Parts: sequence; C-alpha cells; structure tokens
Amino acid sequence: MTYLEAIREALRSEMRRDPRVFVLGEDIGVHGGAFGITKGFLDEFGPWRVIDAPLSEAANVGAGIGAAVMGMRPVVELQFADFVTDAFTQVVNMAATFHWRTGCPLPLVLRMPYGGDVKGGPFHSQCKEAWFVHTPGLKVVAPATAGDAKGLLLAAIRDPNPVLYFEHKHLYRYRREEVPDGEHVTPIGRAHVAREGTALSVISYGWMLHKCLAAADAAARDGIAAEVLDLRSLLPLDRDAILGTVRKTGKALIVHEATRTAGVGAEVAALIAEEAFESLDGPVVRLASEDTPVPHSPVLEAAFQPQVEEIAGAIRALAAY
Amino acid sequence: MSTIEATSRAGDALTPGELLEMLYYMRLQRAIEDRAIKLYYQGRIPGAYFTGWGHEAIAVGATYALGPADLLAPMHRDLAAYLMRGIPARRVFAQFLDREGGLTRGRDGNIHMGDPRLGILPFISHMAASVPVAAGMALACRQRGQARVVLTFFGDGATSTGAWHEGVNFAAVLRLPVVLVLENNQYAYSTPLDRQTAARALVDKAPGYGIPGVAVDGNDVLAVYAAARAAVARARDGGGPTLIECRTMRMRGHSEADHFAYVPRELLAAWAARDPIALFERRLREEGQLTAEADRAMQGRIAQEVEEALAWAEASPEPAPASVAEGVYAASDGR
Repeated sequence: MTYLEAIREALRSEMRRDPRVFVLGEDIGVHGGAFGITKGFLDEFGPWRVIDAPLSEAANVGAGIGAAVMGMRPVVELQFADFVTDAFTQVVNMAATFHWRTGCPLPLVLRMPYGGDVKGGPFHSQCKEAWFVHTPGLKVVAPATAGDAKGLLLAAIRDPNPVLYFEHKHLYRYRREEVPDGEHVTPIGRAHVAREGTALSVISYGWMLHKCLAAADAAARDGIAAEVLDLRSLLPLDRDAILGTVRKTGKALIVHEATRTAGVGAEVAALIAEEAFESLDGPVVRLASEDTPVPHSPVLEAAFQPQVEEIAGAIRALAAY
Repeated sequence: MSTIEATSRAGDALTPGELLEMLYYMRLQRAIEDRAIKLYYQGRIPGAYFTGWGHEAIAVGATYALGPADLLAPMHRDLAAYLMRGIPARRVFAQFLDREGGLTRGRDGNIHMGDPRLGILPFISHMAASVPVAAGMALACRQRGQARVVLTFFGDGATSTGAWHEGVNFAAVLRLPVVLVLENNQYAYSTPLDRQTAARALVDKAPGYGIPGVAVDGNDVLAVYAAARAAVARARDGGGPTLIECRTMRMRGHSEADHFAYVPRELLAAWAARDPIALFERRLREEGQLTAEADRAMQGRIAQEVEEALAWAEASPEPAPASVAEGVYAASDGR
C-alpha cells in the first residue's frame, strides 16, 4: 500500500480498536480530508468521532487538548503543517507543558502534512519540525516509509504525550510498499538502518531519506558503501543509533529538507561532536535546504532542496576525506 | 438570542445554609489573598502575585451553579472557584510559595494551578487559551453522552484574542455544553475597556456567535448565580454555550507589583462602596440569614483555616533540585 493508505489504515484500525480515538479537523468528514486520508470515516464512525471543524487551528488543537485532558485520544488533522502557526500557543504552551504542570497525561496526536516537492510554495511546503524539537514535552516523529507511517501513527495514538506526526505530502503516493498487517508498532525514539554500509553514515529522515538512498546507490557504483540511518523520531532522537553508526563508519553526513540553520541536523551534529569525537575520521557535514522561504517555482524549489546528485557528491567527497 | 439583563431573584431558591456557604467562600478567597499579599510584601512569594479583589461574587456565584460532575476552566482572579471544586487552601499556599505541596510542585507558580483529576483545568498566562480547551473538555462529555457542563472564566482583555474568538465559535458551532463567564473588570493590566473594544458592550459579541448573552452586576453574587444557573441548565439540555458578562472592578493592581496609578481613584472609590462581600453581608443580615453569632463563627473558622493552611504550606519542602528533569513526559500505562 501507499504511505497515504498506511496512514488511513492505521487511523481506521485504531478507531475500531479504541472508542476513545477520534479525528477532528477541517474538511475531514463529508469531504474526507484535503488529501482524502479520512475518506469513508464519517459513514463508519459518525459525526462525533469524525468532526468537521471550523477553519480554526487554535480552536481545533485546543479542543483536542481539552478532549485529551478528559481521557479521549484525539487525532487532530492540521490541513497543512504550515498552519500550525495559528495554533502555536496551544501546542507549545498548553500541550507541551501539561504533564510537567499537572502530572496528568495528554494523549494528543497532531497530524502535520508537511514538506515540499508538491509545488506548494512558501505556505504549503515548510518543514518546521525543529520548532517543536526545541520544545520539551512534545514528541516529534517523521516517517519515511509506508510501514513506519503505520507503525509510528499507532505508537503516537497510544502514547500518553502530545505527539506531532509529520507526514510528508510528497510521500503520500510516492510508491507502493508491503506493510505488515495488524499490530505493527514502530516505537517512538528508535531510528532504523535503512541501508548498511561501512564507508560513512548518511543520517536523514522523511522525503530526503529516499534521496539519500538513491545517492548511496549511485555511490555504491563507485565502490563506496554508505550506511543510511533513518531517524524516524526527531524528539526524542535515537542517540544510541546515531552514535552507533558514526562509531562504526567514522564519518557523518546529515541531510534534511528543513532549512539549514538550527535545523534538526545541527542537534545531530552537536551530539556527534560531543559524544563520538574520537571516532570521527572527517568533518561532520550537513546538507539542507537553503536558508530561505520555500519557493513556489519548481525550478527554484529544485535549487532550494538538496538533490540526489548533490548528496552523492557529498558522499564521495566525505568518503575520500 | 437577545441580550437580557438578569436579576438576582434566583436567590430565593437557595437555602439559608447555601447562602452562608456562598458568603464563606467569598470571604475565604479574600482572607487567603489578604494573607498572601502580606507574604508577597515580606518577599516570601517568589515572582508575581495576583488577587481577585472585587471578583469574589463572580467566582462564587458562577461556580455555585455547577453540579458535582461538572468541570471548570478558571482564570487568575477566581480563587474561590478552585476552593469550591475541591482544591484545599493548604495546597494553594504551597503553590504560592513554590513548594512541593503546591498543585504544580514548583513547576509553575502563583495561581497557575488546577487539577485535572478534580475536573479543573490549570490556567496558563496566555489569555483565553483555556477557552478552546474548555470547549474540547465539553466535546469529550458530549462524545461520551455525559450531561456535564464546563464553566470557563476569562477577562475583558481576553475577548480581544484570537483564542477567545476561536474557542467561543467552536463551542457555538458544535453547540457544546460550555458556560462562558466574562469577568469585565474594566482594565486589562493598564488598558481600559475603550482601548480593548469598539463594541458598545462586550456582551454584544454574543449574537455574532449565534449564542445568547446576558450582562449582570458582577458584584451581586446572587445575580451571577441566577445567570449561571440558567446558562448551566441550558448547556446541560443541549442548548449550547451562553456568554455571561459580569461587570465589576479590579480593586488592586494587575499584580501586586502594579500600583495602578492609571485607574482614577474616584472610580475605585465608587466601586469600593459596592464591595461584593460587603453587599452580600448586608443583604444576609437584613434578611436575618447572617446572625452575629454565625458571623463570628464563620470569621473564626476562616481565620483558623488560613493559618493552618499556611503552616502546612510552610512545612512543605522546597522541590528537590535533582527532580528538575522529572515529569516532562508521561510514562505509558500500556493502554
């Protein structure tokens, strides 16, 4: 199934399994969602579990928090992750601090359709996960595969904390994959070695993971065996997996679609510098999008984002260092 | 859907014991805050301190309209509401003192407290942020078929925020069982009402959301109670939210660090003559509900409770520094 279908199946199976789980968001009921994820849900679960909400991100996230306070398991869909700015207080002040202040759980999931290569421009393409990685009390996940799209959504819904689930729009119909049936939970906080290698470690997540894998294939034709680590969870980061791969290969290339400065890659680079310095045989290298808003023109966006050839070039250069 | 002026006739339905209980909570709020102001000026309360002087009739009148299973999303001038819904005075003092025994165990301060286990949403500094959350609490009750009502408080300044608009609109669209109590105390910090809104009256905002609005004398506890009782009943019956504008005056600074020179003294004097506790005491005395003996007994009980509560709080330890990293995340219970 596709990544999009995996999200739908995970949502549907959780709603069947647990009556506390419900979805809330704009255009998700009658219309089935801007991307069609919740198509058919209204008929199956009814209007009090599939809630067509006003155009009102602060209210929708706030209402999700309120329902979670009461022990429900809301999954609030932000139509585009970019619109979370309108709900910022609810996410970073109300939700993130809730357990710290009260000792009570807040089992809330925010579905965050994010990322570029969808010709979406500056307000429908952003990768703002680092805002939330900088916010203690939240968890942040970003699946790259259909299997993890399912597994991380199950984990997010079952987690007693607010989880921001960054689902990449370009991956929705990117390819078909085998996804395990039934209970397939990807634990939050565990990275995955997507490709084994010895020459260097390429650390990425989301849509860029696939570009990194293609770049690693290209480098392999030159005899360079790159290891590719899919972070999957950004908060908490899988420190052991990051340090493990770097200690194994001695070199680290970090690639993400989010803009470069103070992105998640900066945290990964700092972690490696602090904890794996003596294993390093070369500089820690970052490839990320330009420090600009996301351009609308496909030509400009191609120049904005890291591309496969660029990643392959960085792999070759770092391998040769 | 029109704006109506409520009266305090509903007081007739209250028993003498209930009337005295309302007075008790109004006085208890004032007594705790009076004691805490002294602590603040002695430098014993870390950070800022906020009181609800002048708001006691709103906190008590509205909260008294709730049933046992109902829910509360209060703000920072409603101390009595917290007390009435089960938070003990000793934990309030421990909260003010940033002690382990406080509601947030030193993680947050002053009246930023609550207890979800008691159905009380803790308040945060972002005005009206509780309003959409209150709507969500009501949504959960509606989803489960529970006839519970959520009472939420906010100030005049809060009505200028997007969160307020969005929360009220959301509750109205879904006809959720929420009662919206606006504590119009004329000033948001130093900002007077005419710099807050161009509306003739804040209650006039209600028709814009398709909900009823009612304006009451916020210094008349029975008027507030009557309006809240009607709104709670309407919410419980599936009629959706009601906006209750309670008109009062903030009788001290925004916080105790604020000397509020921007408020005309004659305005304060006029409102001081209508102190909500004094008004209610006079009424109860005239009606024979508050005898000199009952009055003395209540005052004595409150004084003792305040001192015992403070002693308990002062004996509560400071939070352990080594615990600073604890509690950011909830551990999964596997359910």
